[in-house]
Amino acid sequence: MNNCSQDTKVTAKNVNVWYGDNHAIKDVSVDISDRMVTAFIGPSGCGKSTFLRCLNRMNDTIPTCRVEGELCLDGEDIHDARVDPVELRARVGMVFQKPNPFPKSIYENVAYGPRIHGLARSRAELDEIVEKSLRRAALWDEVKDRLQAPGTGLSGGQQQRLCIARAVATGPEVLLMDEPASALDPIATAQIEELIDELGRSIAVVIVTHSMQQAARVSQRTAFFHLGDLVEYGETDQIFTNPADSRTEAYITGRIG
Amino acid sequence: MPASSLLPILAALAALGFVAGRRRALSLAGGDARGLHSLPAHYGAEVALFTLLPALALLALWSLATPLAVNHLVAGEFPAETRAEPGAMSLAMSDIRRLAAEPDAGQGSAGQGTRAASLQEAARLYSTLRARASGLASLTVLLTALAGLGYALWRIHPRRRARSHVEAILESLLIGAATLAILTTLGIVASMLSGTIEFFRLYPAGDFFFGTIWAPSFGGGSRLGILPLLWGTLYISLIALAVAVPIGLFAAIYLSEYASPAARALLKPLLELLAGIPTIVYGLLALVTVGPALARVFGDEGLGWMQGASAAITAGLVMGGMLIPFVSSLSDDILNAVPQALRDGSLGLGATRSETLRLVVLPAALPGIVGAILLAASRAIGETMIVVMGAGAAARLSLNPFDAMTTITAKIVSQLTGDADFASAEALVAFALGMTLFVLTLGLNVLALHVVRKYREQYE
Repeated sequence: MNNCSQDTKVTAKNVNVWYGDNHAIKDVSVDISDRMVTAFIGPSGCGKSTFLRCLNRMNDTIPTCRVEGELCLDGEDIHDARVDPVELRARVGMVFQKPNPFPKSIYENVAYGPRIHGLARSRAELDEIVEKSLRRAALWDEVKDRLQAPGTGLSGGQQQRLCIARAVATGPEVLLMDEPASALDPIATAQIEELIDELGRSIAVVIVTHSMQQAARVSQRTAFFHLGDLVEYGETDQIFTNPADSRTEAYITGRIG
Repeated sequence: MPASSLLPILAALAALGFVAGRRRALSLAGGDARGLHSLPAHYGAEVALFTLLPALALLALWSLATPLAVNHLVAGEFPAETRAEPGAMSLAMSDIRRLAAEPDAGQGSAGQGTRAASLQEAARLYSTLRARASGLASLTVLLTALAGLGYALWRIHPRRRARSHVEAILESLLIGAATLAILTTLGIVASMLSGTIEFFRLYPAGDFFFGTIWAPSFGGGSRLGILPLLWGTLYISLIALAVAVPIGLFAAIYLSEYASPAARALLKPLLELLAGIPTIVYGLLALVTVGPALARVFGDEGLGWMQGASAAITAGLVMGGMLIPFVSSLSDDILNAVPQALRDGSLGLGATRSETLRLVVLPAALPGIVGAILLAASRAIGETMIVVMGAGAAARLSLNPFDAMTTITAKIVSQLTGDADFASAEALVAFALGMTLFVLTLGLNVLALHVVRKYREQYE
């Protein structure tokens, strides 16, 4: 029925994206494996965030954006008419660059996804999901005594972990993270990175980052984007020690970007 | 010399001052602007302001003081008993002004005998005094302008901080404008208050605030209870809000959350155009179209609930139409102020657009929307023309929206237009009504501003 392979979690084949007349992503093909952290690196405006947003069809919400090509989740085309983008986004969660907790309590922030998808049959079950998600986001110990306090009152790093808890609460199979630590201080960044490492053991995590050190620290695979092209994709160790393309080498040694 | 010819002269002097100041500053710096503390134009502007501002202030003072002084001097010519008689003096003064304006025409009409002669005499005095005052005013104003010009030119020095001086003068001008606006409000309140106090001297406050009957009669024995008017005001406003809030809010939601950029670019200006229609046009709509249409359905030919075309529902519906763009425009701005990041967060979790709207955007925007509704309510309460033309004139405590009702604003109009004696309780009641309305809308506005301000801090 389609030529998506079955053994990878997400498959992209010949994906092109346009914003109006601007050709933002040019013919990109990537296979993303399950239970692994994949990093997208590249200079600003190279299309890495745009490509990330293709994976859960968030680009659908931008009227001028046009996506072509084949994108599969578990071998199923996500642009297929039978796939509901709303359901897709519950399976492919997303964490944004700037922490964006809802102006609600900490509890309600985490309970938001399970509520709209009807994942809990009782209040006790919902409580359990909230606690489990907050624990997975390494936030439980800090907020367990003030679950009813507003989420916007937390510090920047805590807010971002709250957003991660909110995303994992729906039980996603893939978690997309768009520069999740770029607005945070080094200590909060280290906590987030630890969390990414932890999450990458159970689900597929895709992270966009500006920081090459971050990509080297947390990811097993790295894709280097430049001006809308996927220049190089491979094992992180190999990309950083022995890049095949001269542009990759120029970027990771700091000569471009 | 009248002010109309004085002003161009002052403007010319100021322009001259600007050029001269600029040139003098430059020449003092040896022709090189870099040797000056400020730009040459700042020196020119300082001279121009020094020329213009004191002279204008003096001119304003003269214009205020001259009539007072002249009237006082002319009145001094009349015997004490005439001055003591109420109304006689103002009558005489208006005669004098007329005679002074056209000395020949007064001959016959001003009457015969000693009164006419003394009036003629006074009119001559009036004319002379006016002319003298006017000449004196022109002279002093021009001298002040020249003195300012000379002083400022003399003070120019390459190290003088003309830039900061100009800045300070402009700032005090702006403060003056702001103060004037506040003083205007205070003046309005003061004039309303004095009328209100006067009214309560003639009519007991308890009967006014708790009276359930509104029956003014200019022969005396009026009953001036505000309750039927207050009821009509609130009832009609409520109908208007019941129309405007849902429609306006839904329109705003469509515009900010669902409309494509092209549809938005077309629809938003169209809606705002609706807000620019004068309320008298809406009043006409109520009188000519909506009222008769409702009467056909609910009137005697139809369901029989409605006596005439004028009813609370007529005014309420039309006023609701007037408020729709007001509510939608304010709510649209408020919805747009909700950060896109919140919508993305919700959509990214797999929420649909309407779930995102209901669970994230609206709760975040709710305080602001409440503020918008309160602002709309205070507009509805203050609306006059639509009520005058659509709601009828009967002050009635009724629950039936198809009954004619009237509001505080409409009654203020009817009490003050016509042949009312301005010292009677029937006319003065307008001040008490106005004051009540002022307090009511002020309270709503303060509440609305408070709510809106609280909302602003929400996602900082």
